[in-house]
Amino acid sequence: MPATEKDSQPGLFRPAWTLAQRELIRFFRQRSRVIGAFGQPLLFWILFGAGLKNSFQAPDWSQMLGRPLSYQEYFFPGVAVMIVLFTAIFSTISIIEDRKEGFLQGVLVSPVSRLAIVLGKLTGGMCLSLIQAGIFLALAPLMGIQANLLQWSAIFGFLALLAFTLTALGFVMAWPLDSTQGYHALMIMLLMPMWLLSGAFFPGGESGWLSWLMRLNPLTYGVAALRRLLYWDYPLPVSAGLPSMGVSLLVTVIFASTCIGLSVALVSRQSERNVR
Amino acid sequence: MFASTPAIAVRNLSYSYLDRRALDGVSFSVTEGEIFGLLGPNGGGKSTLFRILSTLLPVQTGTVSIGEFDVTKQQRAVRGLLGVTFQSPSLDRKLTVRENLQHQGVLYGIPKAELQARIVSNLTALGVADRADQLVGKLSGGLQRRVEIAKSLLHRPRILLLDEPSTGLDPGAILELWSHLRELRKQMSLTILVSTHLLNEAENCDRLAILHLGRLVALDTPSSLRSSVGGDCLTIQSHDAGQLAILANDITSRLGVSVQKVGDVLRIERGNGLDLLRDIMSEFGSSITSVTLGKPTLSDVFVQRTGQTLSAAE
Repeated sequence: MPATEKDSQPGLFRPAWTLAQRELIRFFRQRSRVIGAFGQPLLFWILFGAGLKNSFQAPDWSQMLGRPLSYQEYFFPGVAVMIVLFTAIFSTISIIEDRKEGFLQGVLVSPVSRLAIVLGKLTGGMCLSLIQAGIFLALAPLMGIQANLLQWSAIFGFLALLAFTLTALGFVMAWPLDSTQGYHALMIMLLMPMWLLSGAFFPGGESGWLSWLMRLNPLTYGVAALRRLLYWDYPLPVSAGLPSMGVSLLVTVIFASTCIGLSVALVSRQSERNVR
Repeated sequence: MFASTPAIAVRNLSYSYLDRRALDGVSFSVTEGEIFGLLGPNGGGKSTLFRILSTLLPVQTGTVSIGEFDVTKQQRAVRGLLGVTFQSPSLDRKLTVRENLQHQGVLYGIPKAELQARIVSNLTALGVADRADQLVGKLSGGLQRRVEIAKSLLHRPRILLLDEPSTGLDPGAILELWSHLRELRKQMSLTILVSTHLLNEAENCDRLAILHLGRLVALDTPSSLRSSVGGDCLTIQSHDAGQLAILANDITSRLGVSVQKVGDVLRIERGNGLDLLRDIMSEFGSSITSVTLGKPTLSDVFVQRTGQTLSAAE
């Protein structure tokens, strides 16, 4: 065959960003999604916050704050993480739709690197998470949580990492599935318990089986890091439900790398699942 | 690249799903600039072959190369050479036509400076430029199909894979599509591989590979395939379908011609069909409803090679 023109390489970031943009456009064109990923956590926060107010026993570390810790305030970073988790679920459930609607096969036959396909999805999920969690976190002063610009940058930087991680986790779960019902089952049996046992919803105590489940749960370290960043100025002691900042970051980075690696491996595998 | 390198070379390719064998030792090669057809019923193996060529499915046994690249070892290079138009649309229905093509352009590494102009010229060539800013989901099936093709040609592939291109198109649009494809072939020495189960579409191909039950049962130009059948083709219908086998025997013993029973009709290939037609009518006229005499079609080729009609094989 005669050479026609020089083969152009699609690169990594440009295709990843175009796929991420597509996620954003689709999200904003579907109003119900906007309400689902943000409204439910907000509702949980208001209702659980009011309902559990009197039965809540604040963890020991709250004594460092020098003021009583209300349940609504304890629950606050947990709801932010829930928004990130729900957004990750909504972003990755679309993998199943993309495959059914045929869009995915068009992407898979293109010369774009499989990492770019994964990064596109994750970046889209991350942007949506940051927008929604950002709106929620604007309520922080209501809880008596004050933060300066540097602190907010750190908070958003960490949320970006966490959103990347959870979207990658959703990616790994959604990719092998061929129905959204299957995803719902995984969400209820795996993702919700993971969130419940992360210290987001209740402190797990310092001993007993529950505290061990929490220690083994990678999301515990995500919630802890966010909590520590919100209480930047207070030297909160390390405990089972609140690991140190260094450990939290390390676990989250390892968790993220594992999920991203698995995602890329899954996308790279040629499979009958991907054809229509 | 060398002129001797075929655009597509498939050698001894077999593929099995968990429960069945879809391709069984298929070999062929496609010359550069050729319009090559894969004809066969649904389930004959052409979809599996199409998916292996487009890199969606792995090569299990055998080898496949696209241009000078191996589809297993050099996937990325292969993907860059190919344009793929799927039967089921790969467009995002919630995006506009232009947005879909923009994403496509980036995925194929088309420089930013060129992209907009290319989108416009591709949409114009397929007659859908006026739809650029409409949501794909709002377009008719035929228009979506054209956008799909414009999308797969955007990066000026050297080889275009088209799966059942006529799906959802009206006859006028099919004619237009084919004249456009021939034009493209001329302009950019595009190689086109079409999979189809429609005979009139297969007629548009320079060469045809007929796939049946995962095997390649014929490979030649449409006209050579037709002339391989014989001069004329007689099709006989009887009012008593139950007696067809007996009738077939009687014709063979009295007139000395071989008769093929295909479904509810009898088929006879014959150098001079007109004489035979007269003989059959005078001998068996009473038990025959109708006899048709015609030049062989690709349908007859399929019947001759597989013993089944194309529609019955599905």
